[in-house]
Amino acid sequence: MTALDDKPVRSAQASPAPAGRKRRGTPWLLTGGLVLGLLALVPVAAGLGAYPVPTGDVLSSVLHRIGLGGAALDRVPDSVLWNVRFPRIVLALLVGASLGCAGALMQGVFGNPLAEPGVIGVSSGAAVGAVAAIAFGFGFLGTWTVPAFAFVAGLGTVLLVYAMARSGGRTEVVTLILTGIAVNAFAGALIGLFLFFADSAAVSQITFWQLGSLSQATWPKVLAVLPCAVLGLALAPLYSRRLDLLALGERPARHLGVDVERLRIVLVLVIALLTAAAVSVAGIIGFVGLVVPHLLRMLAGPGHRFLVPGSALLGALVLLGADLAARTVAAPAELPLGVLTALVGSPFFFWLLRRTRRRQGGWA
Amino acid sequence: MRTLRTRPVPPPPARPGDVLAETEALRVRLGAREVLAGVDVTVRAGEVLALVGPNGAGKSTLLGALAADLPAARGVVRIFGRPATGWTAPELALRRAVLPQSATLSFPFPVEEVVRMGRAPHTASPDEDDGVVAEAMAATEVTAFAARPFSALSGGERARVALARVLAQRAPLLLLDEPTAALDLKHQELVLRLCRDRARAGDAVVVVLHDLGLAAAYAHRVALLCAGRVAADGPSGEVFSEALLSRVYDQPVEVLPHPRTGAPLVIPRRDL
Repeated sequence: MTALDDKPVRSAQASPAPAGRKRRGTPWLLTGGLVLGLLALVPVAAGLGAYPVPTGDVLSSVLHRIGLGGAALDRVPDSVLWNVRFPRIVLALLVGASLGCAGALMQGVFGNPLAEPGVIGVSSGAAVGAVAAIAFGFGFLGTWTVPAFAFVAGLGTVLLVYAMARSGGRTEVVTLILTGIAVNAFAGALIGLFLFFADSAAVSQITFWQLGSLSQATWPKVLAVLPCAVLGLALAPLYSRRLDLLALGERPARHLGVDVERLRIVLVLVIALLTAAAVSVAGIIGFVGLVVPHLLRMLAGPGHRFLVPGSALLGALVLLGADLAARTVAAPAELPLGVLTALVGSPFFFWLLRRTRRRQGGWA
Repeated sequence: MRTLRTRPVPPPPARPGDVLAETEALRVRLGAREVLAGVDVTVRAGEVLALVGPNGAGKSTLLGALAADLPAARGVVRIFGRPATGWTAPELALRRAVLPQSATLSFPFPVEEVVRMGRAPHTASPDEDDGVVAEAMAATEVTAFAARPFSALSGGERARVALARVLAQRAPLLLLDEPTAALDLKHQELVLRLCRDRARAGDAVVVVLHDLGLAAAYAHRVALLCAGRVAADGPSGEVFSEALLSRVYDQPVEVLPHPRTGAPLVIPRRDL
C-alpha cells in the first residue's frame, strides 16, 4: 500500500536503543503547544478587525460575562465583540476542528494519505445538499435545515466514493483521485443547476458561500452546527486504536479483533457529520483536512491516538488564523476564506507530491 | 467503548494433542471457482502442520478458511470446537494469529509499534506488553531496527516484523502463510525453529511452505494439497514419495534420505 513517509522522524532513527521512548513525549508537547496557541490566538483574533478592541478589554469583558470580575464594555464594542467576533471565532474553531479531524479519520479509513473531504469530493457532495436547501428555500427543519441537507448529501457521497474507489480491501490512489474528480464534476454540475433555478437573492448567497467564508457567522448558526461537530469530535478519538490496526489492512485488523465492518460504518457516519458541520456554515474550505494531519504525522508519527484529536486542535488553530487573515489583510475588504486556504494549501500539496516522488517514486 | 461490552474470555490452555482447528468435507468457492473441493484436516496442539502443494492447489485458501476469513460453501470449519462463524472477532483474536502472505502498512509506523499492535486483543498491563513485544522482537531478530519506520525496511525485514507481531499476539493457534518466502537461508531456518518452539510450548502451528526440504525437516505432519483436495496427510517420510510428488507437481522428482539425519530430501530430476 502507499506509505507516505519513508522517514517521518529522523531523531528516532539516530537513536535506535530506546525504541519510540523518545518520541512518546512529542505528542504531549505538541498538544500543550496547540492548546496554548489557541488560548493566545482567540483573544487576539477577538480584538483585531475593522473596529479594534484592545486585548485587555476583550479579556475583561469575558471575565465580566462569566462573573469573575472584569468590567462591562461600552455598548458598541460589547456588541462588536459578542455579536460579531465571538460567534465567528467559535464557528472558525468548530469548522477547523471538524475539517482537521475529518481529514485524519478519512485518511485512516481509506488507509490512504491523500483522502480528504475536498479532494475526494465529499465536501462538494455535502455542498450540493446545502445549496439545494438554500436555492429552494427549504426551512422545515429551522436553522438545522442546511446542516441536515449537507449531512445527508455528504453521507451519500462518502458511501458512493467508498464503494467506487475500493476493491479487494484496499484503495488505490489513482482510483481514489479519479473517483474524486468524477464526484466533484457531478456535484459542480448539480450546484450549477440549482443556481440556474434559484432566484437572484439565493444566487448571491450561494456564490459567496461557495467561495468559503465565515462572514455570515451568528449565534444561531453556531447552534445549528454545534450538535454535528461536537458529536463527531467526541466520537472520533474512541476509534483511534482501531484505526492504527486498520493500517495493517482489513484482514489483519480483523485478525486482531477489530469488527472492521462496524468500524467502517461508524467512521463514515462520523466523517459525514464533521464534513456536513463544516460545509453547511462555511462553504467549501479545502486543504485543511489534507495539510493538518500530514503536518502532525511528520512531527509526531502516524499513531491515531494523537493524530485524531491533534488534527482537530491544529485544524481549529489554522482556520482561526486563516479567518483572521482573511478579514484583516485586505481590510476593509474581506478575502474569501476558502480562497485563502487554497492559496496556502495548494503549494503545500505540490511540495508533498514532490517530496513523495523523491523518496519513493510517487504514489502508486 | 470496549469496556462497555462483555470482555472476550481467553481460551483455557490446550494440552498436547488437543484439536484446536479442523475442517470437515470443506468446500470453498472464490468467485466461480471451487478452490477447495472437500478437505479434511485436523490441527493439533503441540504440532507443526505444513501445507504444501503446487501453485493454486488451495493452500492459502485452506489457511484463510482456518482463520475464519473465508466462508465455507459446504462442510464445516471448527476452531476450538466451535464453528468458525460462531465466534466474534475479539474472541477469535485471542485464539488464532494469522501471518498474511505479504505485509503492508498504510502509514509509516515504527517497527516497535507495529509489533505492539499484536497486543491489541489483550488487556495486559503495559509492562507485560513491553515484555512480550521485546521477546517477540528478539526472537525474530528485529530489535536492531525497532525504531525505524516499517516502510523503510527491506522485504525480508518486513516479513520478520510481521511475524514478530503475530508472535506478540500469543494466540495458541498460529496460521502462517509462506513465512519464509522473502527470507534468506539463515532466517528461513530461524522462522521454522520458532514454529517448532511454539509447538513445543503447546501451540498449534499451521504453515504454508513451498520448500519441501524445510517442510520435511521441521513439520511434524505434512498435508499435500492438489487441486483443492488433500492428496496425502502424514509425517513427511510417508507423504514425500517420488511417485506421489512427481504426479502432484507434474514434475519428476527424486527423494533421497539425508546422509546424516535421514530426513527426506526432495530434488527435481535434472538431466543436464
